[in-house]
Amino acid sequence: MARKVIVVGGGLAGLMAAIKTAEAGVDVDIFSLVPFKRSHSLCAQGGINAALNTKGENDSIQQHFEDTIVGGDFLANQPPVKGLVEAAPGLIYAFDRMGVMFNRTPEGLIDLRLFGGVKNRRTAFAGATTGQQLLYALDEQVRKWIAAGKIREFIGWEFLSAVIDDEGICRGITAQDLNSMEIHSFRADAVVLATGGEGMIYGKSTNSVICTGSAAGAVYRQGVPYANGEFVQFHPTAMPGDDKLRLMSEASRGEGGRIWTYKDGKPWYFLEEWYPAYGNLVPRDIASRAIYKVCVEMGLGIDGKNQVYLDLTHKDPEFLEVRLGGILEIYRNFYGEDPAKVPMKIFPAPHYFMGGIYTDWNHMTPIPGLYAAGECDYMYHGANRLGANSLLSAAYSGYICGPNMVKYIKGLKKSADDVSGRVFDQEKKRQVDIFEAIYRMDGTENPYTIHEELGETMITHVGVVRYNDNLKMADEKIQGLMERYKRININDTGRWANDVVPFVNQLWNMLELARAITLGALNRNESRGSHYKPEYPERDDDNWLKTTKAYWTDSGPRFEYEEVDTSLLPPRARKYD
Amino acid sequence: MPEFIHLKIKRQNNPNEAPYWEEFKVPYKPNMNVVSVLMEIRKNPVNAQGKKTAPVTWDCSCLEEVCGACTMIINGNVRQACSALIDKLPQPITLQPLSKFPVVRDLKVDRNVLFEHLKKVKAWVNIDGTFDLGPGPRVPEKERRWMYEISRCMTCGCCYEACPNFNAKSSFIGPAPLAQVLRFNHHPTGAMDKEERLNLIMGDGGITDCGNAQNCIEACPKRIPLTTAIAKLNRETIVHSIRRWFAS
Repeated sequence: MARKVIVVGGGLAGLMAAIKTAEAGVDVDIFSLVPFKRSHSLCAQGGINAALNTKGENDSIQQHFEDTIVGGDFLANQPPVKGLVEAAPGLIYAFDRMGVMFNRTPEGLIDLRLFGGVKNRRTAFAGATTGQQLLYALDEQVRKWIAAGKIREFIGWEFLSAVIDDEGICRGITAQDLNSMEIHSFRADAVVLATGGEGMIYGKSTNSVICTGSAAGAVYRQGVPYANGEFVQFHPTAMPGDDKLRLMSEASRGEGGRIWTYKDGKPWYFLEEWYPAYGNLVPRDIASRAIYKVCVEMGLGIDGKNQVYLDLTHKDPEFLEVRLGGILEIYRNFYGEDPAKVPMKIFPAPHYFMGGIYTDWNHMTPIPGLYAAGECDYMYHGANRLGANSLLSAAYSGYICGPNMVKYIKGLKKSADDVSGRVFDQEKKRQVDIFEAIYRMDGTENPYTIHEELGETMITHVGVVRYNDNLKMADEKIQGLMERYKRININDTGRWANDVVPFVNQLWNMLELARAITLGALNRNESRGSHYKPEYPERDDDNWLKTTKAYWTDSGPRFEYEEVDTSLLPPRARKYD
Repeated sequence: MPEFIHLKIKRQNNPNEAPYWEEFKVPYKPNMNVVSVLMEIRKNPVNAQGKKTAPVTWDCSCLEEVCGACTMIINGNVRQACSALIDKLPQPITLQPLSKFPVVRDLKVDRNVLFEHLKKVKAWVNIDGTFDLGPGPRVPEKERRWMYEISRCMTCGCCYEACPNFNAKSSFIGPAPLAQVLRFNHHPTGAMDKEERLNLIMGDGGITDCGNAQNCIEACPKRIPLTTAIAKLNRETIVHSIRRWFAS
């Protein structure tokens, strides 16, 4: 039997890993909750960064590297970031050859626009739906491989756990068919989790509802460390909403959008005043804190609410349509007002998880054969991610992870096919037992209500501004929710397409990760990137220039810390004013 | 302001059982949409008669009308549930699953056929590999704009639902893949496989099965110019068949 790779997740990182693996001649099975075209990568709007230097601005790979490292407040290991920015132009060109409809210059070249935390135009874009266009391109390429029989797809399946043999090596996965509810084990010589961010831990966020982080939580519970969990990016400009906080791309500011509110009856462009060098294009953590300060601390939000204006009304409507059409459409559809005529109302929202599954620089977790790529890993963004670097890191991590897995497989002494069936049966039975216990839950608590309270706790206490007392309180609250979890009533005992039962399983993984995030934040007594404590307002390199590694134990997370490789750019003060 | 949102939902336990209607009354809040109302129901799964019931099953993901997952029939119109704002809908609001695809459970349907059809028409640029060969071909911005319009198709199935020529028994490939053929045939590299794609849509279930009802363009949530694309593609297949005839 041919050796095989399992990819979990059909977003940008997963599909890229699958393509690179198939190109190397190895068969791939992709497991995805949804058809690939519905993966969350498509919600990325503004663009993808690469120092193409086609705008006469002397942009360079070195500059992209420095912007990314400084933007991340020096918490990222530097050699992997170097690899990322060096590969960026080649990746964009590969997407270009796949037929991605990047906006063009009058010469028909890929156009570039400005983004946050940088001074050069470096962001390639396809309208304001760049993630969608990149995802669709990979979806098309994967479809070609499916037609050729090299890739198989398992759509509507949820990853439950890694199958780990007696030697501690990953030999496959268990997964559940979300229609038949059946649980099966699958053999593979290497497995990559490309399962995206964990937005649902915050209840409402800019993420899709499928971004539960459950897969990351599952392997965390199997012994894989969860790294830098406390670094959660709040995107400064999202539309407040009851069910979702809808993203309004940073591209709107890259194309000239201005943030303001009223002070003394007059428009006050506070970002431009406080950060004259970068203005509205300061990195996201800084913009979010500024908006938070203006609304929550100074009480100057529009209409007395937590919201300020994001204003594009001074721009030409046709220019806006060609370059930002996708987000204008979202605002019109959901808010009923035209951003070309009326300023948009926005407020920061949980958006991106810089932290994630701990891996080595080849994207392998400490469990041999188990890899992680894309937003679910922790590798490239340090303490804060720069806009338009996420599509890049998603694509790049898949791009190198595929060949890394192929190399690993070639060095294996024994294939997954040679591993005793007992190993797979045992793990499958463990999962079946977990689910049978969920089916029997007939208490009084509603799982969706517990989830809602988890979200409120996280967004209130583990948000833009953090206090140790509040973090302690949040952890106690989460532990209280874990107690209430045991008294859940599932309300639906059906054995066909039951949405509640898988959600209850996801919810426990979310609660476990929520503790790792919250306690990681409590421990880290400094302010760095997205992690801000007024009690410790400065970055503290002497004590905290290190990667957080949370290990699961049954009495809560245990923390270890690891030195950061800063061999390429010595840490310096991070300034944007 | 109404106190409740009144919903009538067509439910079905599984593909083999008969459908039935169930009504719900959900406390009103401003700025809700159909997805957020369904989310309220699962927090308190009780029907309008006050009886406990199973939460409604439906597909959704992005909640910003980009992923296409939550497509269903709302008050008789096919559309995405996330962007169906309650304050703009007459009540009672009826929710039904798409009628042209097999029901899985309640409002969840199996739309796999949409992706099979994309496979059938080879809707991709046939690159040699993802390695770095430098930039792709230059594309005039004017051309890019209409190709981008088509490439925003989220494969939601609205155009299939609206098309009188597509149903579970017909072999018609549907409006969306035809537009994709046009886009890939006009991409400078995609055009290298133009004849093959045209051959694929000239047989049974191909472009001639389009009855020109023009429902698809009305139903498309992204306003993709489907009818214009199909008309243009139709001309191209005619030219292609004449060329093919001369060549034979």
